[in-house]
Amino acid sequence: MRRMRAAPALAAPALSAPALARVAALLCALAAALMGPLLPCPAGAVEGRPPPGAAACTGCHAAGAAMGPLAGRPEAEIVAALADYRSGARPASVMNRIAKGFTEGESRAIAAYFAQIGPER
Amino acid sequence: MSRPGAKTRRSLLRTAATASAALALARSGLPRPALAGAAPRVVVIGGGFGGATAARALRRGGVDVTLVDSRATYVACPFSNEVIVGLQPLAAQSFGYGNLARTGLTFVEATATGVDAAARTVRLSDGSSLAYDRLVLSPGIDLRFDAVPGYDPEAVTAMPHAWKAGEQTALLARQLEAMREGGTVILSAPANPYRCPPGPYERASLIAHFLKTRKPRAKLILLDAKDSFSKQRLFESAWAALYPDLLEYVPLAAGGGVTAVEPATMTVRTDFAEYKADVACIIPPQRAGAIAALAGAADRSGWCPIDPVTFESTLVPGIHVIGDAAIAGSMPKSAFSANAQAKVCAQAVIDLLAGRAPEAPKLINTCYSLVAPGYGISVAGVFHPVNGQLADVEGAGGISPVDAPASVRAQEAAYAADWYRTITREVFG
Ligand SMILES: Cc1cc2nc3c(=O)[nH]c(=O)nc-3n(C[C@H](O)[C@H](O)[C@H](O)COP(=O)(O)OP(=O)(O)OC[C@H]3O[C@@H](n4cnc5c(N)ncnc54)[C@H](O)[C@@H]3O)c2cc1C
Ligand code: HEC
Repeated sequence: MRRMRAAPALAAPALSAPALARVAALLCALAAALMGPLLPCPAGAVEGRPPPGAAACTGCHAAGAAMGPLAGRPEAEIVAALADYRSGARPASVMNRIAKGFTEGESRAIAAYFAQIGPER
Repeated sequence: MSRPGAKTRRSLLRTAATASAALALARSGLPRPALAGAAPRVVVIGGGFGGATAARALRRGGVDVTLVDSRATYVACPFSNEVIVGLQPLAAQSFGYGNLARTGLTFVEATATGVDAAARTVRLSDGSSLAYDRLVLSPGIDLRFDAVPGYDPEAVTAMPHAWKAGEQTALLARQLEAMREGGTVILSAPANPYRCPPGPYERASLIAHFLKTRKPRAKLILLDAKDSFSKQRLFESAWAALYPDLLEYVPLAAGGGVTAVEPATMTVRTDFAEYKADVACIIPPQRAGAIAALAGAADRSGWCPIDPVTFESTLVPGIHVIGDAAIAGSMPKSAFSANAQAKVCAQAVIDLLAGRAPEAPKLINTCYSLVAPGYGISVAGVFHPVNGQLADVEGAGGISPVDAPASVRAQEAAYAADWYRTITREVFG
């Protein structure tokens, strides 16, 4: 057996971030843990958790890819592009078929996520 | 309304986190870690598109990750059909785990030989074992050597499957290169479900392209154990245009089901006929990689039923199954799916370990195929859980337009190559 390991670069998630959203998320998590059967936490309450669908976009969209990265792009730009792919106003080879799988609200959440994480991730 | 001060807020955070972690552990019946705040341990078996993606995402979430694979070098299947006909070097399919190890996870080169789900340990081929809080299985497929009479593990030398990339890919490439002009190539596709639904038809297309340019009097017969297949209209219209006299498609109804093979005489039998092949590529039926059944996570179909939100096995708690091995409803068994499922599964594992409820996911799949160099087609889908299964989001997805101009086919061929570069960089980069 061969083991490969580099210096453990990442520590456990930091708990010091003062964002109130995070407090809400943790309280929600605490409640979930206390109540046994898990109840869904409010959407977006868990900081850094990608909204439904967002994780699959980066299989194609990344820095250096022909499709271009989404991270760091303005929210409004992504929302508008997805709406235009859905309606057919914007020509596409594949994005029309993908965009139709997401509602306006889901598109907005995905766009906000990519806008907020900033370039290069 | 008074806002708590920074100090209070931080201690509240710490209390909440500690309490929830403790409760999550209590619920799962595990001993508390000796060190308060020790990162939870997740073992990932299989370092392919599913497992390597999951390992990276779990590591990013602060989890202590051990990734186990039998081999230190992964050989990717997407674009291996191009390798078979000399359009891409085999070297472009190989990826190591060095960059993944630099994220702080532990890579172990060993075969997992057993799982004790009650004790939450994995046994390895060297006799050692690994403890886990949660286990992720992404072992891909095993070929079924009990399905086609005569197609046993020895038969793969005379009649390669090339359905796991590597030596088999190189072997089929050599056999095609060495085949006499005017020879017959037999390619057989299995019934559903199997790895990469459009894969056999992409392979048929590219072999036809190879024969057309290199051995124009040769013939390719595609024997299919089913009557319809992925992107069928696109493939069939391309075949009619590009390879009309060269490629013969035999669906199940016309006798396409292979009933037996005889490697010594290069004979392939169906209910209707007996074929003598110069080159025979047999893609047999498949099942989840053996460790899935050893862990108790595979059902009688040979594949693994899962919860569509968390990818946790519905048979064995604490074990998650992703990629080809999983029964993922209408999601096809593809590298794209495995990668998308891995990210959803990793987030769910992180949430569960933190005592949080995972969110219902949405997933995407897109499979590109080449029918000739510069001629690409695709199928896409968006998926979500419906009644405990992953189902298509209605109105989304579908195949490339049937009547698209050559410029669109060229664009999709370019996007296909770009997708492969992007995804392999994301997974192994
Ligand atoms: C010809 C061909 C073309 C394809 N083209 C495409 C394409 O264009 N696009 C696409 O999206 N998909 C494509 N695919 C499908 C794609 O290759 C698979 O769907 C994908 O590899 C599945 O990923 P996985 O993680 O489930 O399994 P794999 O990628 O097979 O990874 C499984 C890993 O687990 C390891 N393993 C298994 N058991 C053990 C054990 N007990 N202990 C330790 N390690 C173990 C194996 O060594 C392997 O590295 C193609 C497939 C083929 C055959
Ligand atoms: C299969 C690969 C693929 C996936 C997955 C994918 N995209 Fe795309 N995307 C493309 C391609 C290709 C284009 C260019 C338009 C076309 O030909 O369809 C594009 C274009 C776009 C654009 C416009 C970019 C620009 O520069 O104007 C946006 C925005 C976008 N995609 C967002 C998304 C989001 C959000 C997701 C995830 C929900 C996603 N994409 C998933 C391939 C993909």
